Amino acid sequence: MIELILKRVALGILTLLLVSALIFAGTQLLPGDVASAILGQNATPQSLAALRQDLGLDLPAWQRYLTWLQGFATGDLGMSLANRQPVADLLWPRFGNTMALAAYAAIVSVPIAVLLGLAAAVRRGGIFDRGINIVALAFVSLPEYFLGLLLILFLSVQFNLLPSLADTYAGMSFPDWLRATTLPALTLVLVTVAQMMRMTRTAVLSVMDQAYVETAFLKGLRTKRVVLRHALPNAAAPIVNVVAFNIAYLITGVVLVEAIFNYNGLGRFMVDAVAKRDLPLVQAAAMVFGAAYVILNSIADIAAIALNPRLRHPR
Amino acid sequence: MTAKLKAIPISAWLGLAIVTLNLLVFILGPILAPYGQNEIVGAPFDPPSAQFWFGLDQNGRDMFSRLLAGAQMSIGVSLAASLISFSIGIPLGFIAALFGGWVDTVLSRIVDTVMCIPVLISALVVLQALGSSVPVLIFTIALLDSTRVFRLARVVAQGISVLEYAETARLRGESLFWLITREILPNALPPLIAEFGMRFCFTFLFVAGLSFLGLGIQPPFADWGGMVKDNQQAILYGLYAPLFPAAAIALLTIGVNLVVDWLLNSGAAVQGADR
Amino acid sequence: MSNILTIRGLKVAAPNGAILVDGIDLDLAPGEVLGLIGESGAGKSTIGLAAMGYGRGGCRIVGGSITIGETSLMDGSRATREKMRGARIAYVAQSAAAAFNPAIRIGEQIVEGALYHAKMTRPEAEAWKLELLKTLQLPNPETFGDRYPHQVSGGQLQRAMVAMAMSCRPHVLVLDEPTTALDVTTQIEVLALLRSLIQRYKTSALYITHDLAVVAQIANRIMVLRHGKLVEEGTAEQVLEAPREDYTRMLVAERQGNLSNAVTDHPIGEVLLDVKAIDAYYGKTAVLENISCQLRRGETLAVVGESGSGKSTLARCIAGLLPTSSGMISFDKNRLERSYKKRSKEELRRIQLVYQLPDVALNPRQTVGEIIGRPMKFYFGMHDVPREKEVARMLDLIGLPQEFATRLPGALSGGQKQRVCIARALAAKPDLIICDEVTSALDPLVAEEILKLLKSLQSELGLSYLFITHDLGVVRRLADRTLVMQRGKIVEQGATAEIFQPPFHPYTEELVISVPELRRDWLDDVLAKRKVAV
Repeated sequence: MIELILKRVALGILTLLLVSALIFAGTQLLPGDVASAILGQNATPQSLAALRQDLGLDLPAWQRYLTWLQGFATGDLGMSLANRQPVADLLWPRFGNTMALAAYAAIVSVPIAVLLGLAAAVRRGGIFDRGINIVALAFVSLPEYFLGLLLILFLSVQFNLLPSLADTYAGMSFPDWLRATTLPALTLVLVTVAQMMRMTRTAVLSVMDQAYVETAFLKGLRTKRVVLRHALPNAAAPIVNVVAFNIAYLITGVVLVEAIFNYNGLGRFMVDAVAKRDLPLVQAAAMVFGAAYVILNSIADIAAIALNPRLRHPR
Repeated sequence: MTAKLKAIPISAWLGLAIVTLNLLVFILGPILAPYGQNEIVGAPFDPPSAQFWFGLDQNGRDMFSRLLAGAQMSIGVSLAASLISFSIGIPLGFIAALFGGWVDTVLSRIVDTVMCIPVLISALVVLQALGSSVPVLIFTIALLDSTRVFRLARVVAQGISVLEYAETARLRGESLFWLITREILPNALPPLIAEFGMRFCFTFLFVAGLSFLGLGIQPPFADWGGMVKDNQQAILYGLYAPLFPAAAIALLTIGVNLVVDWLLNSGAAVQGADR
Repeated sequence: MSNILTIRGLKVAAPNGAILVDGIDLDLAPGEVLGLIGESGAGKSTIGLAAMGYGRGGCRIVGGSITIGETSLMDGSRATREKMRGARIAYVAQSAAAAFNPAIRIGEQIVEGALYHAKMTRPEAEAWKLELLKTLQLPNPETFGDRYPHQVSGGQLQRAMVAMAMSCRPHVLVLDEPTTALDVTTQIEVLALLRSLIQRYKTSALYITHDLAVVAQIANRIMVLRHGKLVEEGTAEQVLEAPREDYTRMLVAERQGNLSNAVTDHPIGEVLLDVKAIDAYYGKTAVLENISCQLRRGETLAVVGESGSGKSTLARCIAGLLPTSSGMISFDKNRLERSYKKRSKEELRRIQLVYQLPDVALNPRQTVGEIIGRPMKFYFGMHDVPREKEVARMLDLIGLPQEFATRLPGALSGGQKQRVCIARALAAKPDLIICDEVTSALDPLVAEEILKLLKSLQSELGLSYLFITHDLGVVRRLADRTLVMQRGKIVEQGATAEIFQPPFHPYTEELVISVPELRRDWLDDVLAKRKVAV
């Protein structure tokens, strides 16, 4: 099993490399555009050539990729084109904000979703199951901004319970931070709980259909014991995968939510950079998001390996 | 036939009605609209009235007319993207499944790597490089989404091609074309149709989301996601303006999901009783 | 003597409302073994589970009463049923591999019931478990329970499942095809152990099976079921030796092999298929080693062996689905390519395959006419009108009405589907048909009809068959020559009559004596012969 886990870690590292190459390639779809983008109307052939050399754009693409990758490994993410500041200084604090918001939402949504999914699966076909399924189907279909705007309308404009803008700043006290971020977190929770609950239900149902669950019922065990003792240990690995899938989704879903609530996170930051076509910023942000996604998925896979009884106890 | 119609649950009927309504608006929207999509007919954010059912937007344009007109872009772009994504993903997925070997390995590795990056992030990277225009939007989303279609098509085709009837056709010496069109496709259709609904929902929400971020469909075209963004601030004054386009987006998604849910559930056979 | 289990007027409905079991009365006396016999769809498993107050897959018990001892299951609450299940009446499933939880140690699963129902303390339950494991002759009974289900063999797991059912010393065991998934040689051991265990602990049992010969060894009484209704009921001797109903008579006759005659004389020509010293691998595992055999025109060669013997692999090598790694296969004096992909259309046409599972061998989206007509068009370029006629003729030949041409496979029964598969093979006008366990998935009477059809087709069309099967009864009735395989190697081959007559090859003898026979003393005889002390 150790061997399998090591293999998975190696695969994760390889994937990260491939992802970085793909992101780099994606940003190079229009080569040379960066220099003219910076200079815009004022570009002369001389100034363009000088800037290209300055930015290293005269080198072949693979050399620039290696330089970029090396910079990434050493913490140098390059300079922003728009305001000529180091990308790292701009990016990491915002990444921290995004992770904090995602973590807040995840801490609330994961337990709720898993419990609801489990409850629905155990009462398959019952009123609770059917009811919660329709509600979940509706919530899965609702875009983040629809929910976000509704929450703003009711909770902040009409009843003035929470601020409509998620204004956060360094050195903010924790209760203030919670107050500021509750609306965006709640929006994320509503969207992900529905999805995660549906997937958890499916995962548990496929276990509940197994013959060994029937065996447990035929032993005369109560439903609660069948679920906790016989179904859950086997559903654990699929549930971990569901959770990882949704947390990864949450990290990108955060982009929209940040835009709704004007939250100073990496998502909004990246969207602004795309609008300004600030290449180093976009590259770095994309790589950070991509890395977070790959790492989360790898962790989930490793957890699934570790939870598999056949791999834990080989013949 | 009537028995079959009766077996369709109310939720599916509701979904079908919503989808039909949206398709009508998609086709006839601009003709039905009482005002032009860029025609200024009053003061910004005038509330709903008998004349302007959904009120006016931030520039004083009729929200209802813009919703009708915007369907063309919002639905059209995502429908085009889904269709292209399926016409890329299905053939490649089938070929990977039937050929196996290095063809499968190469295609699957590429797809796996692309899928390792969240779709939104990939799209943002491409939009940064190419700028946002309708063709770029359609093809970027179609290509990114085709990875999902590829995976499903491959798995489904693999499942079918190991079955004895597909093996019989191969052993008979049938061509690849026959295998794909006569043995695999007819049997792969039900899951693929359900998937089309789901992929459409995804691309539709995705296009609307990009527009909401200001990176999707650009003015002067009206589109629902962009309308939410443009009117967003009104919510702070207790005005419903941005909720109308947002609700239109939600409604179509719910409708399609209801239909998909029914398709998926009706496909699941009831477990056998004896043995 | 009062009953331990009484069922009156039992009625069970499927989720779609269809009645699966209708008006069944059943009595089980203490220490008695009652055999429930029937083909698939007879409702025998449904009755077994209903005896525990349980409906599988959404089935509901809609009528009748079930009484265990003095306790009525249907009048009581859910808690009452849960109190009885496992404790007073316990279940042994056909597939122990699926019925054991893969995440929990076997021993833990065995004692769970006893501890849960508070029938024993932990040390008592452990001691009882040890006794059961010893009685069931499991290896290293002290440590056997520490293993996980995937770490032991299928036969061992099936025995462990019996131990799990016995955990609370139940009064009644519901044995649902407990030996069906096992190879014949393993089946004997499990059957013998089950019988001695039941006798030793004076447990009553419902023994559910489709195999009359198996139930003959263990049951005191037999109920024959069909379509959810009782056909006849009586002591084992009476049902087996003097059945009252036609249906039972047919079942018994089929099991005795009386329905079709032995191999008849038919013209046999020159060598058609010549397999010379082939080897084959799955990855790095050798699955066939040095296999040589010949099949003549008009001849039937049976390949027999237990699961894992490589008999189906041999068929796949000949068909070109699994390329051989060495050796040579010739067909009508021409060397065949290793992979079917490189063989000519004509070579492909002359060898046709019929599979075990007709359900997945027919494309559900093509009509029967399209399925049978395709080889005619593909190989012979037949146009629509003559093809339709030919399809109709073919349907006649295989004994199906002509209007079946427009039906989809979903509307056909298992036996009808298998006939269509045969027709599809015939449509290519082949010289050789490879039959891979073609009757194993069918009910005995249906299988019998298929065998008859194959035989008459052979004499009419001069076909050659390569017949892959684990069923020695089929071999004796159909094959001119037989090849016995074990672990990828040939054990022996020769004329069927010689193979199945003394002097036997030791492995063949084991196979032959392991096939259950209808005689009630068969099991004792075999055990005596094998000198296995139980």
